[in-house]
Amino acid sequence: MSHDHDHSDLSDIELRVRALETLLTEKGYIDPPALEALIETYETKIGPKNGATVVARTWVDPEYRDRLLEDATAAIAEFGFTGRQGEHMVAVENTDETHNMVVCTLCSCYPWSVLGLPPVWYKSAPYRSRAVSDPRGVLEEFGVRLPQGKHIRVWDSTAEVRYLVIPQRPLGTDGWSEDGLAALVTRDSMIGTGLAIDPLHKEPTA
Amino acid sequence: MNGAQDLGGQMGFGPIETEKDELNFHAGWEERAFAITLAMGATGTWTLDASRHAREALHPADYLSSSYYEIWTKGLERLVVTHGLATDEELKQAKVLVPAKPIKRVLKVEDVADVLAKGAPVDRPRQQAARYRVGDRVHTKRMHPVTHTRLPRYARDVAGRIEVIHGVHVFPDANAHDKGEQPAWLYGIAFKGTDIWGPDSDPNLSLRLDLWEPYLDLA
Repeated sequence: MSHDHDHSDLSDIELRVRALETLLTEKGYIDPPALEALIETYETKIGPKNGATVVARTWVDPEYRDRLLEDATAAIAEFGFTGRQGEHMVAVENTDETHNMVVCTLCSCYPWSVLGLPPVWYKSAPYRSRAVSDPRGVLEEFGVRLPQGKHIRVWDSTAEVRYLVIPQRPLGTDGWSEDGLAALVTRDSMIGTGLAIDPLHKEPTA
Repeated sequence: MNGAQDLGGQMGFGPIETEKDELNFHAGWEERAFAITLAMGATGTWTLDASRHAREALHPADYLSSSYYEIWTKGLERLVVTHGLATDEELKQAKVLVPAKPIKRVLKVEDVADVLAKGAPVDRPRQQAARYRVGDRVHTKRMHPVTHTRLPRYARDVAGRIEVIHGVHVFPDANAHDKGEQPAWLYGIAFKGTDIWGPDSDPNLSLRLDLWEPYLDLA
Protein backbone atom coordinates (compact mmCIF):
# COMPACT_ATOMS: atom_id res chain seq x y z
CA MET A 1 0.00 0.00 0.00
CA SER A 2 1.38 3.41 -0.83
CA HIS A 3 0.97 6.56 1.15
CA ASP A 4 1.44 10.08 -0.07
CA HIS A 5 2.77 11.64 3.05
CA ASP A 6 6.35 12.25 2.05
CA HIS A 7 6.43 15.67 3.61
CA SER A 8 5.12 14.63 6.98
CA ASP A 9 7.31 14.35 10.05
CA LEU A 10 5.82 10.96 10.73
CA SER A 11 7.29 7.82 9.26
CA ASP A 12 5.30 5.60 6.94
CA ILE A 13 4.69 3.03 9.64
CA GLU A 14 3.55 5.63 12.17
CA LEU A 15 1.05 6.91 9.65
CA ARG A 16 -0.19 3.43 8.87
CA VAL A 17 -0.72 2.57 12.52
CA ARG A 18 -2.43 5.88 13.11
CA ALA A 19 -4.69 5.35 10.10
CA LEU A 20 -5.66 1.90 11.36
CA GLU A 21 -6.39 3.10 14.87
CA THR A 22 -8.42 6.06 13.66
CA LEU A 23 -10.49 4.02 11.25
CA LEU A 24 -11.12 1.09 13.57
CA THR A 25 -12.08 3.43 16.39
CA GLU A 26 -14.36 5.60 14.28
CA LYS A 27 -16.06 2.52 12.94
CA GLY A 28 -16.74 1.38 16.46
CA TYR A 29 -14.66 -1.80 16.40
CA ILE A 30 -12.39 -0.58 19.18
CA ASP A 31 -13.07 0.85 22.65
CA PRO A 32 -10.13 3.28 23.00
CA PRO A 33 -9.70 2.90 26.80
CA ALA A 34 -9.29 -0.85 26.23
CA LEU A 35 -6.11 -0.10 24.27
CA GLU A 36 -4.60 1.69 27.26
CA ALA A 37 -5.56 -1.20 29.51
CA LEU A 38 -3.92 -3.72 27.18
CA ILE A 39 -0.67 -1.76 27.07
CA GLU A 40 -0.66 -1.12 30.80
CA THR A 41 -1.16 -4.78 31.60
CA TYR A 42 1.99 -5.88 29.81
CA GLU A 43 3.99 -2.81 30.82
CA THR A 44 3.25 -3.08 34.51
CA LYS A 45 1.49 -6.28 35.55
CA ILE A 46 2.67 -9.29 33.58
CA GLY A 47 6.37 -9.97 33.21
CA PRO A 48 9.24 -12.33 34.07
CA LYS A 49 8.71 -11.80 37.79
CA ASN A 50 5.77 -14.17 37.45
CA GLY A 51 7.98 -16.90 36.09
CA ALA A 52 10.71 -16.25 38.67
CA THR A 53 8.15 -16.74 41.43
CA VAL A 54 7.21 -20.11 39.97
CA VAL A 55 10.83 -21.21 39.60
CA ALA A 56 11.76 -20.20 43.15
CA ARG A 57 8.82 -22.18 44.53
CA THR A 58 9.92 -25.14 42.45
CA TRP A 59 13.38 -24.96 44.04
CA VAL A 60 12.13 -24.95 47.63
CA ASP A 61 9.05 -27.14 47.46
CA PRO A 62 9.50 -30.63 45.96
CA GLU A 63 5.76 -31.28 46.00
CA TYR A 64 5.15 -28.10 44.06
CA ARG A 65 7.88 -29.12 41.63
CA ASP A 66 6.14 -32.45 41.07
CA ARG A 67 2.80 -30.75 40.47
CA LEU A 68 4.43 -28.33 38.04
CA LEU A 69 6.09 -31.05 36.02
CA GLU A 70 2.84 -33.03 36.01
CA ASP A 71 0.50 -30.18 35.01
CA ALA A 72 2.22 -26.84 34.65
CA THR A 73 -0.92 -24.93 33.65
CA ALA A 74 -2.64 -25.85 36.92
CA ALA A 75 0.46 -25.42 39.09
CA ILE A 76 1.17 -21.97 37.63
CA ALA A 77 -2.49 -21.02 38.07
CA GLU A 78 -2.00 -21.51 41.83
CA PHE A 79 -0.26 -18.11 41.69
CA GLY A 80 -3.02 -16.63 39.53
CA PHE A 81 -0.81 -16.54 36.44
CA THR A 82 -3.24 -17.68 33.76
CA GLY A 83 -4.58 -16.78 30.40
CA ARG A 84 -3.40 -15.43 27.12
CA GLN A 85 -0.39 -17.26 25.71
CA GLY A 86 -0.22 -19.43 28.81
CA GLU A 87 -3.32 -21.55 28.27
CA HIS A 88 -1.33 -24.77 27.83
CA MET A 89 1.86 -24.61 29.85
CA VAL A 90 4.64 -27.18 30.12
CA ALA A 91 7.64 -26.78 32.44
CA VAL A 92 10.95 -28.34 31.43
CA GLU A 93 13.67 -28.75 33.99
CA ASN A 94 17.38 -28.33 33.38
CA THR A 95 19.53 -31.06 34.88
CA ASP A 96 23.21 -31.96 35.06
CA GLU A 97 22.71 -33.92 31.83
CA THR A 98 20.34 -31.73 29.80
CA HIS A 99 19.95 -28.04 29.04
CA ASN A 100 16.62 -26.85 27.61
CA MET A 101 16.10 -23.89 25.32
CA VAL A 102 12.87 -22.53 23.83
CA VAL A 103 12.23 -20.93 20.45
CA CYS A 104 9.42 -20.33 18.00
CA THR A 105 10.88 -20.69 14.53
CA LEU A 106 7.57 -19.92 12.81
CA CYS A 107 6.57 -16.75 14.62
CA SER A 108 7.09 -15.57 18.19
CA CYS A 109 5.15 -17.94 20.47
CA TYR A 110 6.19 -17.23 24.05
CA PRO A 111 4.66 -17.85 27.48
CA TRP A 112 3.23 -14.38 28.09
CA SER A 113 1.50 -15.34 31.34
CA VAL A 114 4.82 -16.07 33.07
CA LEU A 115 7.38 -14.04 31.08
CA GLY A 116 5.42 -11.12 29.64
CA LEU A 117 6.10 -10.01 26.07
CA PRO A 118 9.13 -11.50 24.30
CA PRO A 119 12.29 -9.43 23.82
CA VAL A 120 13.14 -8.27 20.31
CA TRP A 121 15.94 -10.80 19.85
CA TYR A 122 13.58 -13.71 20.59
CA LYS A 123 11.35 -12.60 17.69
CA SER A 124 14.24 -11.89 15.34
CA ALA A 125 15.49 -13.90 12.38
CA PRO A 126 18.98 -14.56 13.81
CA TYR A 127 17.60 -16.32 16.91
CA ARG A 128 14.69 -18.08 15.23
CA SER A 129 16.86 -19.44 12.43
CA ARG A 130 19.81 -20.64 14.49
CA ALA A 131 18.28 -21.76 17.81
CA VAL A 132 17.27 -25.08 16.28
CA SER A 133 20.37 -25.76 14.18
CA ASP A 134 23.17 -24.31 16.30
CA PRO A 135 21.91 -23.83 19.85
CA ARG A 136 25.39 -24.27 21.29
CA GLY A 137 26.64 -21.37 19.18
CA VAL A 138 23.61 -19.31 20.17
CA LEU A 139 24.26 -19.99 23.84
CA GLU A 140 27.86 -18.87 23.47
CA GLU A 141 26.63 -15.56 22.09
CA PHE A 142 24.65 -15.23 25.29
CA GLY A 143 27.78 -15.97 27.27
CA VAL A 144 26.74 -19.48 28.22
CA ARG A 145 29.32 -22.15 27.55
CA LEU A 146 27.99 -25.62 28.23
CA PRO A 147 30.24 -28.64 28.66
CA GLN A 148 30.71 -30.33 25.27
CA GLY A 149 29.00 -33.52 26.43
CA LYS A 150 25.95 -31.78 27.86
CA HIS A 151 22.82 -32.58 25.94
CA ILE A 152 20.81 -29.67 24.54
CA ARG A 153 17.13 -30.02 23.93
CA VAL A 154 15.47 -27.29 21.89
CA TRP A 155 11.72 -26.84 22.16
CA ASP A 156 10.20 -25.32 19.02
CA SER A 157 6.82 -23.85 19.98
CA THR A 158 4.93 -25.05 16.91
CA ALA A 159 1.53 -25.42 18.62
CA GLU A 160 -0.26 -23.51 21.41
CA VAL A 161 1.74 -25.28 24.11
CA ARG A 162 4.05 -22.81 25.84
CA TYR A 163 7.29 -23.78 27.55
CA LEU A 164 8.89 -22.50 30.74
CA VAL A 165 12.46 -23.62 31.44
CA ILE A 166 13.24 -24.35 35.09
CA PRO A 167 16.92 -23.43 35.46
CA GLN A 168 19.16 -25.30 37.87
CA ARG A 169 19.31 -23.85 41.34
CA PRO A 170 22.71 -22.21 41.92
CA LEU A 171 25.00 -23.82 44.45
CA GLY A 172 25.49 -22.04 47.74
CA THR A 173 21.88 -20.98 48.09
CA ASP A 174 20.81 -23.42 50.79
CA GLY A 175 18.45 -21.79 53.22
CA TRP A 176 17.75 -18.80 50.96
CA SER A 177 14.26 -17.31 51.05
CA GLU A 178 11.97 -17.71 48.07
CA ASP A 179 12.22 -13.99 47.38
CA GLY A 180 16.00 -14.15 47.46
CA LEU A 181 16.01 -17.11 45.12
CA ALA A 182 13.52 -15.50 42.73
CA ALA A 183 15.93 -12.59 42.34
CA LEU A 184 18.45 -15.04 40.85
CA VAL A 185 16.02 -16.21 38.18
CA THR A 186 16.57 -14.17 35.03
CA ARG A 187 14.17 -14.07 32.14
CA ASP A 188 16.78 -15.59 29.86
CA SER A 189 17.26 -18.48 32.26
CA MET A 190 13.56 -19.30 31.81
CA ILE A 191 13.91 -19.20 28.01
CA GLY A 192 17.05 -21.29 28.23
CA THR A 193 19.43 -18.74 26.74
CA GLY A 194 20.85 -18.06 30.18
CA LEU A 195 21.44 -19.65 33.55
CA ALA A 196 20.23 -18.52 36.93
CA ILE A 197 22.54 -15.94 38.50
CA ASP A 198 25.35 -17.57 40.45
CA PRO A 199 25.52 -15.56 43.67
CA LEU A 200 29.19 -16.47 44.06
CA HIS A 201 30.09 -15.06 40.65
CA LYS A 202 27.37 -12.54 40.08
CA GLU A 203 27.13 -11.47 36.48
CA PRO A 204 24.76 -8.94 35.01
CA THR A 205 22.50 -10.80 32.62
CA ALA A 206 19.04 -10.08 31.34
CA MET B 1 3.20 -22.06 3.35
CA ASN B 2 6.89 -21.85 2.68
CA GLY B 3 7.04 -18.16 3.50
CA ALA B 4 9.78 -16.06 5.04
CA GLN B 5 8.38 -16.80 8.50
CA ASP B 6 9.64 -20.39 8.37
CA LEU B 7 13.11 -19.52 9.63
CA GLY B 8 14.36 -22.67 11.33
CA GLY B 9 17.75 -23.66 9.89
CA GLN B 10 18.09 -20.68 7.56
CA MET B 11 21.54 -19.13 7.48
CA GLY B 12 23.17 -15.77 7.05
CA PHE B 13 21.23 -13.61 9.49
CA GLY B 14 24.30 -12.87 11.56
CA PRO B 15 24.69 -12.61 15.32
CA ILE B 16 21.81 -12.20 17.72
CA GLU B 17 21.41 -8.59 18.71
CA THR B 18 20.43 -8.10 22.31
CA GLU B 19 19.60 -4.73 23.77
CA LYS B 20 20.52 -3.11 27.05
CA ASP B 21 17.13 -1.95 28.22
CA GLU B 22 14.92 -4.41 26.35
CA LEU B 23 11.81 -2.31 26.50
CA ASN B 24 8.54 -3.93 25.44
CA PHE B 25 7.93 -1.05 23.07
CA HIS B 26 10.47 1.15 21.32
CA ALA B 27 8.13 3.84 20.07
CA GLY B 28 4.62 5.05 20.66
CA TRP B 29 3.37 3.47 17.45
CA GLU B 30 4.55 0.02 18.60
CA GLU B 31 2.31 0.26 21.66
CA ARG B 32 -0.61 1.24 19.47
CA ALA B 33 0.09 -1.51 16.93
CA PHE B 34 0.23 -4.07 19.73
CA ALA B 35 -2.97 -2.89 21.37
CA ILE B 36 -5.09 -2.52 18.24
CA THR B 37 -3.97 -5.95 17.04
CA LEU B 38 -5.04 -7.55 20.33
CA ALA B 39 -8.27 -5.57 20.48
CA MET B 40 -9.19 -6.52 16.92
CA GLY B 41 -8.30 -10.15 17.61
CA ALA B 42 -10.75 -10.04 20.51
CA THR B 43 -13.59 -9.08 18.17
CA GLY B 44 -13.58 -12.69 16.96
CA THR B 45 -13.64 -11.66 13.30
CA TRP B 46 -10.67 -13.91 12.52
CA THR B 47 -8.74 -16.62 14.32
CA LEU B 48 -5.24 -16.40 15.77
CA ASP B 49 -4.19 -18.84 13.06
CA ALA B 50 -5.59 -16.55 10.37
CA SER B 51 -3.65 -13.63 11.82
CA ARG B 52 -0.44 -15.66 11.72
CA HIS B 53 -1.19 -16.52 8.11
CA ALA B 54 -1.76 -12.86 7.25
CA ARG B 55 1.75 -12.11 8.53
CA GLU B 56 3.51 -15.01 6.86
CA ALA B 57 1.78 -14.20 3.56
CA LEU B 58 3.68 -10.92 3.33
CA HIS B 59 6.21 -10.81 0.51
CA PRO B 60 9.38 -12.44 1.88
CA ALA B 61 11.46 -9.33 1.24
CA ASP B 62 8.88 -7.25 3.10
CA TYR B 63 8.65 -9.73 5.98
CA LEU B 64 12.40 -9.93 6.49
CA SER B 65 12.99 -6.20 6.29
CA SER B 66 10.14 -5.28 8.63
CA SER B 67 10.40 -4.96 12.37
CA TYR B 68 8.14 -7.12 14.50
CA TYR B 69 5.33 -4.65 15.02
CA GLU B 70 5.59 -3.55 11.39
CA ILE B 71 4.79 -7.15 10.49
CA TRP B 72 1.84 -7.10 12.89
CA THR B 73 0.61 -3.84 11.37
CA LYS B 74 0.87 -5.07 7.80
CA GLY B 75 -0.87 -8.30 8.80
CA LEU B 76 -3.67 -6.36 10.48
CA GLU B 77 -4.15 -4.20 7.40
CA ARG B 78 -4.67 -7.33 5.33
CA LEU B 79 -7.08 -8.81 7.83
CA VAL B 80 -9.31 -5.76 8.12
CA VAL B 81 -9.47 -5.40 4.34
CA THR B 82 -10.07 -9.07 3.52
CA HIS B 83 -12.79 -9.23 6.19
CA GLY B 84 -14.50 -6.14 4.87
CA LEU B 85 -13.98 -4.04 7.99
CA ALA B 86 -12.17 -1.34 6.04
CA THR B 87 -11.11 -0.69 2.47
CA ASP B 88 -7.68 -0.01 1.03
CA GLU B 89 -8.87 3.46 0.14
CA GLU B 90 -9.95 4.08 3.74
CA LEU B 91 -6.54 3.00 5.02
CA LYS B 92 -4.88 5.25 2.50
CA GLN B 93 -6.95 8.28 3.42
CA ALA B 94 -7.31 7.40 7.13
CA LYS B 95 -10.94 8.36 6.72
CA VAL B 96 -14.20 6.46 7.01
CA LEU B 97 -15.71 6.15 3.53
CA VAL B 98 -18.04 3.18 3.91
CA PRO B 99 -20.26 2.26 6.87
CA ALA B 100 -18.97 -0.07 9.57
CA LYS B 101 -19.70 -3.76 9.20
CA PRO B 102 -21.38 -5.48 12.14
CA ILE B 103 -18.91 -7.47 14.23
CA LYS B 104 -19.40 -10.12 16.92
CA ARG B 105 -18.12 -8.12 19.86
CA VAL B 106 -16.03 -5.17 20.90
CA LEU B 107 -13.42 -5.54 23.65
CA LYS B 108 -14.55 -3.12 26.36
CA VAL B 109 -12.09 -1.68 28.82
CA GLU B 110 -13.87 -3.28 31.76
CA ASP B 111 -13.44 -6.72 30.20
CA VAL B 112 -9.74 -6.52 29.36
CA ALA B 113 -8.45 -8.12 32.58
CA ASP B 114 -10.94 -10.98 32.34
CA VAL B 115 -10.33 -11.64 28.67
CA LEU B 116 -6.56 -11.77 29.19
CA ALA B 117 -6.85 -13.95 32.31
CA LYS B 118 -9.08 -16.42 30.50
CA GLY B 119 -7.09 -16.55 27.31
CA ALA B 120 -8.32 -18.80 24.56
CA PRO B 121 -7.62 -22.47 25.25
CA VAL B 122 -7.48 -24.59 22.10
CA ASP B 123 -7.98 -28.06 23.59
CA ARG B 124 -11.20 -29.72 22.47
CA PRO B 125 -13.25 -32.84 23.40
CA ARG B 126 -11.78 -36.15 22.27
CA GLN B 127 -14.10 -37.71 19.75
CA GLN B 128 -11.95 -40.46 18.35
CA ALA B 129 -9.02 -42.45 19.69
CA ALA B 130 -5.50 -41.21 19.14
CA ARG B 131 -3.82 -42.99 16.28
CA TYR B 132 -0.40 -43.11 17.95
CA ARG B 133 0.91 -43.98 21.38
CA VAL B 134 3.78 -42.71 23.47
CA GLY B 135 6.94 -44.44 22.24
CA ASP B 136 5.72 -44.86 18.66
CA ARG B 137 8.18 -43.99 15.92
CA VAL B 138 6.54 -41.64 13.46
CA HIS B 139 7.63 -39.98 10.26
CA THR B 140 6.61 -36.44 9.42
CA LYS B 141 5.06 -35.94 6.02
CA ARG B 142 6.83 -34.51 3.05
CA MET B 143 4.46 -31.68 2.24
CA HIS B 144 4.50 -28.15 0.91
CA PRO B 145 1.03 -26.67 1.36
CA VAL B 146 0.50 -23.22 -0.09
CA THR B 147 -1.75 -22.58 2.91
CA HIS B 148 -0.96 -22.16 6.62
CA THR B 149 0.83 -25.00 8.38
CA ARG B 150 2.73 -25.44 11.63
CA LEU B 151 5.06 -28.15 10.39
CA PRO B 152 8.30 -26.26 9.75
CA ARG B 153 10.28 -27.16 6.63
CA TYR B 154 13.28 -28.38 8.60
CA ALA B 155 11.10 -30.99 10.33
CA ARG B 156 9.43 -32.45 7.25
CA ASP B 157 10.11 -35.98 6.08
CA VAL B 158 11.96 -36.87 9.30
CA ALA B 159 11.56 -39.70 11.79
CA GLY B 160 10.91 -38.96 15.44
CA ARG B 161 9.48 -40.53 18.55
CA ILE B 162 6.26 -39.63 20.33
CA GLU B 163 7.01 -38.54 23.89
CA VAL B 164 3.70 -37.12 25.01
CA ILE B 165 0.13 -36.87 23.84
CA HIS B 166 -1.18 -33.39 24.56
CA GLY B 167 -4.80 -34.14 23.67
CA VAL B 168 -6.98 -32.84 20.90
CA HIS B 169 -6.22 -29.29 19.78
CA VAL B 170 -7.61 -26.96 17.13
CA PHE B 171 -5.90 -27.71 13.81
CA PRO B 172 -4.29 -24.48 12.53
CA ASP B 173 -4.04 -25.63 8.92
CA ALA B 174 -7.85 -25.60 8.74
CA ASN B 175 -8.61 -22.90 11.28
CA ALA B 176 -6.48 -20.33 9.48
CA HIS B 177 -8.63 -20.61 6.37
CA ASP B 178 -12.25 -20.46 7.52
CA LYS B 179 -12.54 -24.25 7.43
CA GLY B 180 -13.49 -24.55 11.08
CA GLU B 181 -11.38 -25.88 13.91
CA GLN B 182 -11.16 -29.52 12.74
CA PRO B 183 -9.56 -30.51 16.09
CA ALA B 184 -6.88 -33.19 15.82
CA TRP B 185 -4.62 -35.08 18.21
CA LEU B 186 -1.50 -33.16 19.11
CA TYR B 187 1.72 -34.96 19.99
CA GLY B 188 5.02 -33.88 21.50
CA ILE B 189 7.64 -35.49 19.28
CA ALA B 190 11.37 -35.76 19.88
CA PHE B 191 13.83 -35.69 17.00
CA LYS B 192 17.53 -36.40 17.06
CA GLY B 193 19.49 -33.40 15.89
CA THR B 194 21.48 -35.62 13.55
CA ASP B 195 18.28 -36.92 11.91
CA ILE B 196 17.44 -33.35 10.97
CA TRP B 197 20.80 -31.68 10.39
CA GLY B 198 22.85 -34.64 9.24
CA PRO B 199 25.54 -36.93 10.62
CA ASP B 200 28.11 -34.16 10.95
CA SER B 201 25.92 -32.07 13.24
CA ASP B 202 25.98 -31.87 17.05
CA PRO B 203 25.41 -35.42 18.39
CA ASN B 204 24.19 -33.99 21.70
CA LEU B 205 21.23 -32.10 20.28
CA SER B 206 17.61 -33.11 20.26
CA LEU B 207 14.54 -31.16 19.23
CA ARG B 208 11.01 -31.28 20.52
CA LEU B 209 8.10 -30.16 18.35
CA ASP B 210 4.37 -30.26 18.91
CA LEU B 211 2.76 -31.70 15.81
CA TRP B 212 -0.77 -32.70 14.84
CA GLU B 213 -1.79 -36.16 13.67
CA PRO B 214 -2.39 -35.13 10.04
CA TYR B 215 1.33 -34.29 9.78
CA LEU B 216 2.38 -37.82 10.70
CA ASP B 217 2.72 -41.36 9.39
CA LEU B 218 3.86 -44.42 11.28
CA ALA B 219 7.60 -44.86 10.66
